[in-house]
Amino acid sequence: MFSRAYRAAISVPPLLWVAIFLVVPYFLLFCYSFWSVSSTQQIVHTWGLQNYRELLRVNVYLQTLFRSMWIAARVMIFSLLLGYPLAYYLSFHAGKHKDMLYQMVIIPLWVSYLVRAYAWKTILGSEGVLNTLLQYLHLTQHPLDFLLYSPFAVVLTLTHIYTPFAFLPIYASLEHIPRNLIEASHDLGASPSQTFWRVILPLSIPGVLAGATFAFVLSLGDFLAPLLLGGPSGVMISNIVVSLFGAAYDWPLGAAISFCMLGLVVALLFLSENLEKKWSFR
Amino acid sequence: MELPVSVERQSRWLPLHTLAVFCFLYLPIVTLIVYSFNGQGVGGFPPRDLTLSWYRMLFVDDAIWQSVLNSISVAFAAVVIALAFGIPAALALDRANFPGKAVFRRLVLLPLILPGIITGLSLLMLFREVDVKLSLATIILGHGTALISVATTEVFAGLQKLDRAQEEASLDLGANYWQTFWRITIPNLRLSIIGAALLIFTLSMDEIAVSFFLIGRDNTLPLEIWGRLRRGITPEINAISSIIFVFSLAVIVIWYRLRERKGQTEVAPELVQ
Amino acid sequence: MGSLADKLTASQNSAMSPAATLLDVCNIAKSFGRNPVLKDISLQVAEGEFLTILGESGSGKTTLLRIIAGFESADSGEILMGGERLDRLPPFHRRVNTVFQSYALFPHLTVEQNVSYGLRVAKLSRQEIAARVEQALKMVKMTAFAQSKPTKISGGQQQRVALARALVNRPRLLLLDEPLSALDANLRRQMQVELKSLQREVGISFVFVTHDQEEAMVMSDRIALLRHGALEQIASPREIYGRPATAYTAQFIGHTNLLRANVKGGIAHCGSLSWPVSVSDGPALFSLRPENVRMAAGERRTDFVRLKGRVLHQAFHGATELLQVDCGDGLQISMRSASRNDWQGELELDFACADAIPVRDSGEKA
Repeated sequence: MFSRAYRAAISVPPLLWVAIFLVVPYFLLFCYSFWSVSSTQQIVHTWGLQNYRELLRVNVYLQTLFRSMWIAARVMIFSLLLGYPLAYYLSFHAGKHKDMLYQMVIIPLWVSYLVRAYAWKTILGSEGVLNTLLQYLHLTQHPLDFLLYSPFAVVLTLTHIYTPFAFLPIYASLEHIPRNLIEASHDLGASPSQTFWRVILPLSIPGVLAGATFAFVLSLGDFLAPLLLGGPSGVMISNIVVSLFGAAYDWPLGAAISFCMLGLVVALLFLSENLEKKWSFR
Repeated sequence: MELPVSVERQSRWLPLHTLAVFCFLYLPIVTLIVYSFNGQGVGGFPPRDLTLSWYRMLFVDDAIWQSVLNSISVAFAAVVIALAFGIPAALALDRANFPGKAVFRRLVLLPLILPGIITGLSLLMLFREVDVKLSLATIILGHGTALISVATTEVFAGLQKLDRAQEEASLDLGANYWQTFWRITIPNLRLSIIGAALLIFTLSMDEIAVSFFLIGRDNTLPLEIWGRLRRGITPEINAISSIIFVFSLAVIVIWYRLRERKGQTEVAPELVQ
Repeated sequence: MGSLADKLTASQNSAMSPAATLLDVCNIAKSFGRNPVLKDISLQVAEGEFLTILGESGSGKTTLLRIIAGFESADSGEILMGGERLDRLPPFHRRVNTVFQSYALFPHLTVEQNVSYGLRVAKLSRQEIAARVEQALKMVKMTAFAQSKPTKISGGQQQRVALARALVNRPRLLLLDEPLSALDANLRRQMQVELKSLQREVGISFVFVTHDQEEAMVMSDRIALLRHGALEQIASPREIYGRPATAYTAQFIGHTNLLRANVKGGIAHCGSLSWPVSVSDGPALFSLRPENVRMAAGERRTDFVRLKGRVLHQAFHGATELLQVDCGDGLQISMRSASRNDWQGELELDFACADAIPVRDSGEKA
């Protein structure tokens, strides 16, 4: 139905843009990761694996990476634990309040990330809302240290940020389940809880996978929350990258780490997509 | 559709859980707003000395308003770029077949899920290599690139609901492809395009990761706030944050009113397929 | 073994031998908001009966079915099965199974897993499940597709699987919600025959919902005609066709002529026609089936009404055609006749007085 010219007109401009502003930059990232920086802060265009070797040799990089993955994993789990029942409630029990409640879940997403992360800082600080509240209620004598500048704070904040992200695809997949399947399950003798485990949950797995992937990948690469709330024990891999492009001037090393992250994310997406295909029943 | 009444009587914990999650989601926002009126500044409980002084300080703060202006211009420009390339991208994914289409699809959607700093970094390297100075223009290019995926996703979802027969009817009645595009395709996609525009605008206003690396001399609002945060928490920040929140709220309310009037009830955006 | 057709004829001809009542629907009423969908419905389903609930869209037939299945609850009235209150039970405790209009097969399970679903939930032994599933699949001729996924089989095949999935649980009552509406005409006719013989084979009561009156007549032991949420008439197909109670019934099922007449002293007067009736005086309505109007031959017979007319138009139906005949004085009669190409001039027609069935006026015009 669509002519050659039409199809060219709609494909070429975006292809060009993507080529110039995505492919070339990623390629540059790749190249940079093999170069090095001289003592006079100049980029030396000699090719070698020195950056990658550095990553494996010096402990802090791998340690931070694993810590980041562990934080991301916890965020993923908590987001799912918070988001799935929420999505289930909205989809199956909310009735005429469904749309309004859905909007209420989305609204925090539209409020600045920076603002929300900062708000947690005011809540969790030693002079912050939570600590003073606990002392006011005489539940504690001294401010609790671990609340702020710790991995705990990072996980808490990131869970807050990414729960709606986990919620969205789960809600979409629950909404897609034809209601007559649930009636059929009841008709065949399954109670509501049996229906959940046998019919609803399996059919919602693609949504769960998508939500889990979002929460994990986005948390893994986050640099703002750890910078604001992580303290020295909550440093994540992106913070290292940022510092390598800032004060600790070593672009090639930063590029190497970034490229590894890129590879890791792409691999995870690939894995997630394949799993989703296996569990999708279209 | 809901479960029939006879089946309702279960989970008492489910509504409680839902309530708890909502409290969790809104706690920081409520805290922020309440404490923006707190005379004692940040922290401390309970809030005392309600005052508007932080808001007053905010209004005479030139740097902040300059950065707001910068952010708004960047956001508008980002919307234009993202739509100008995102709409054709969505159309191409829907209707055209070319070698490498699958790769293209993934590439377009990648910035959505890739940590923003990687997109920012790689663009920084590009600008470095071609000797382009960092400025608001580079930020615009960065935002545009990162947010094309939002436009593409929204418009693609809208295309699925578009009745192909309408375009065929238009061609049948003598309009050519260009005319059909403007008279039929775009009007039908109006809702998706507006939704995408609003989302892109909001995301651009809040964007930090990409902007971090591409900033020149002029700050965007988030980076201005960020700079102040490094120096210590000031209650002014609470004030500006509350304003941002109210603004976002207004935008989303307008958006949903618009949507309701057009009779759209499906609200879940389909992200990565 | 007699042919399928023989079996069908035999079952329809036999008078309904008094069988035990399985399901007792008593004064069921249901409204959605301000909209009354069912108004005081009462009927009974006998053991081993094939009952069709027939009606237009909006007649309440699907709602009634869903109330029996347990997916909706009635506003008032009760339903008893085997003397016990069925309407107090949730759907998963009722010995009733449903074949859905859209089949509602579980897309993430194979055909075999779909069919065994109810048995697995009931925690039957693995051998029992395997045996029953095999039997059910054989009954609907889907054994070869046991490992297929529902998305990979055709609509007609999905429908069989839905049937097997319901029947394998040996319910006391099977509900079918317009299961054939998505099939094309030929497949539909084939399935009608198969469903009917299946019902005879398993001996379970079937309650079948449809808007297609031909389908209802082919398959049912009895038809319950619903109109605007009320029961218009419930009778066997022959009875409901031959002795419709109301004008609506007469027009909904098959074609008919509605003759408005005035009865005076035992004679009905309709335009220039008159014939003896045993109806009280006053305005009356009579239903006359087109096939009962024939070409008159020879002398005027007693107990027959004779009339003349010219053919206005004819609708060709293959073996027969339906003629619209103008009989003067504003009277137009439909007549069914063997197909002929040459309807010229004025015709002489007649019909037996007994074939003009008195019907109640339904307050709705054709």
